Amino acid sequence: MEPFESIDFYRLDDLLTEEQRLIRGTVREFVEENIIPSIEQHFMDGTFPREVIPQLGELGLLGANLEGYGCAGLDNISYGLIMQELERGDSGLRSFVSVQGGLVMYPIWRFGTEEQKQKYLPRLATGEFVGCFGLTEPDHGSNPSGMITNAVEDGDEYILNGNKMWITNGCVADVAVVWAKLDGVVRGFIVEKGTPGFSTTLQQGKFSLRASVTSELHFQDCRIPKGNLLPDVQGLKGPLSCLTQARYGIAWGAVGSAMACFDCARKYTGSRIQFDKPIASFQIVQAKLAEQLSEITKAQLVALRLGQMKEAGTMTPQHVSLAKRNNVRIALDIARICRDMLGANGVTHEYPVGRHMLNLESVITYEGTHDIHTLILGQSVTGIAAYS
Amino acid sequence: MKVAVCLKRVPDTTTKIEVGADGKSINPAGVQYVISPYDEFAVEEGIRRKEAAGEGSVTIVTVGPAASTDVIRKALGMGADDAVLATTEESLDPRRTAEALAGVLRDRGDDLVLFGRTSVDGQSAQVGAQVAGLLGIPYVGDVVGLEIEGRSAKITREVEGGHVVLRGDLPLAIGCQKGLNEPRYPSLKGIMMAKKKPIETVEATCGDPTVETVSLAPPPARPDGRIVGEGVDAVPELVRLLREEAKIV
Ligand SMILES: Cc1cc2nc3c(=O)[nH]c(=O)nc-3n(C[C@H](O)[C@H](O)[C@H](O)COP(=O)(O)OP(=O)(O)OC[C@H]3O[C@@H](n4cnc5c(N)ncnc54)[C@H](O)[C@@H]3O)c2cc1C
Repeated sequence: MEPFESIDFYRLDDLLTEEQRLIRGTVREFVEENIIPSIEQHFMDGTFPREVIPQLGELGLLGANLEGYGCAGLDNISYGLIMQELERGDSGLRSFVSVQGGLVMYPIWRFGTEEQKQKYLPRLATGEFVGCFGLTEPDHGSNPSGMITNAVEDGDEYILNGNKMWITNGCVADVAVVWAKLDGVVRGFIVEKGTPGFSTTLQQGKFSLRASVTSELHFQDCRIPKGNLLPDVQGLKGPLSCLTQARYGIAWGAVGSAMACFDCARKYTGSRIQFDKPIASFQIVQAKLAEQLSEITKAQLVALRLGQMKEAGTMTPQHVSLAKRNNVRIALDIARICRDMLGANGVTHEYPVGRHMLNLESVITYEGTHDIHTLILGQSVTGIAAYS
Repeated sequence: MKVAVCLKRVPDTTTKIEVGADGKSINPAGVQYVISPYDEFAVEEGIRRKEAAGEGSVTIVTVGPAASTDVIRKALGMGADDAVLATTEESLDPRRTAEALAGVLRDRGDDLVLFGRTSVDGQSAQVGAQVAGLLGIPYVGDVVGLEIEGRSAKITREVEGGHVVLRGDLPLAIGCQKGLNEPRYPSLKGIMMAKKKPIETVEATCGDPTVETVSLAPPPARPDGRIVGEGVDAVPELVRLLREEAKIV
């Protein structure tokens, strides 16, 4: 396969700093050399490319936008560009990094004690520790406030009971950030692998995000020390603030998937001959490419502006909802159409498009489904919450 | 260990190059620039030599347009300490490039001056040797192995079908070949630190041009393939054509 050529129709590169372009270039090169050659096989085998975890740490990609504790302390646009490049490789790879940085390191960094930060953050930053984030339950997905998992105080311990489902990295995690109700209030707990009463099962049979481990977490009278409670947050705003971080990354990541599909389809249609001409010379194919170019350009602008607002401190969760909702939607639409443009080749692992298409079915569902973000925006417009 | 790495900014090997309107230069629109790939081996080797010695410095020296700072930052992100950029907006021939580099290097007293074996745009493979000539130090090109003990270096060179091992004393100029090492990625922290590393800018000084680029031409379009027949019956004709026309068997 020819190397990836990115899309920058509106010269957005002119709005990036030299350093941001260099960071993007580094991650692009890393993905091209270390992910692309093996990712289709990992997807087929249903395995995460664990061998790259130390490299992710060494490069500084884990928790890259956090300050201190061995983290790179990057600006949010650089962070977004990293997510874009990782997801250009595979949504499962980006999910790994999103979960580690946005959903595990971030809550410890933001809500944890100094001791918790010292103990976990440097090891999560190097990839020595893998983390997972347990919010969703079998019976509570879009509505996490109904969660059943609970914690009870007992001497200098908490006793956790309940089950979490669809948890990225669950089985491979050394440390889990688990959300559970303590006296009816959602609180965050750090649970280490091997704690008696804590077990995991691998969720089999996914056709999406196959190069990412998804698991159930089970807590049965699982005793954890009191020092493992995240002290500085109470209620759903704890997990939701983490999701805002991760959704921000997804808004950028989806652009990466969309570009990967577009780049593949434009090359393919330029060289595939039917009726004695490249299929790119037919108007229907051109219309598809023109539409995709427009949507990618708009999504890039949305992501970049969101990043500027995040840097300026003016970004709200509603802004993130718009970006996650829009960018994942267009990426999935583009992936489906590109899949078709590749004909029969589009249903094989010879080309990355089918894999991106399947992956994006998870991306549009997790971190707030498309429709949940619709409702968040609906509430923002009308002042009326449709889901309460 | 005082190391200078001469580094050139070249069009990305994956960009499609078009000849500009003047017919003698490339059209810069939409071209992305990178460190000339062989020069990356030189940067990596410089950093490793400094690490192995446990002391010293690695300085990037570039002759090129003011915009070259983008690729210099990458080398600084990999771990080089500082840089000198001798600016010129002209496209210099190898002789003048060597003069400009030697102008920067002359009074530095480097133990090692590292180059890529050739640049991937100009492909003259002259600059390293010419600089060494101007500095009055030995040059070894196509280097795939370098071991240094004290002031003595053991250098492995690639030659057609084999290797030559040489011994020489520092200071030395080396042209790095693929296989010498595996260049590292700049880490994000390295890139952040690179922001604070100094890039000294001077004006490139060199003599007048001695040769002139008259025109550039893209490679001719590949002619269409030819089908000489089908199945085993086609083999004799195919062999004949490969031998007599293509002259490759
Ligand atoms: C591969 C993968 C990895 C994941 N990783 C994690 C993880 O690491 N950690 C974690 O905690 N979770 C994770 N999740 C879970 C994910 O966040 C949930 O699947 C998601 O929140 C949706 O929940 P649900 O699956 O229970 O669907 P449901 O909530 O049952 O939704 C089903 C459908 O109903 C719609 N719907 C629900 N409520 C409303 C409403 N009020 N109005 C209109 N429509 C509505 C939804 O939009 C959706 O279309 C992961 C999921 C996947 C697929």
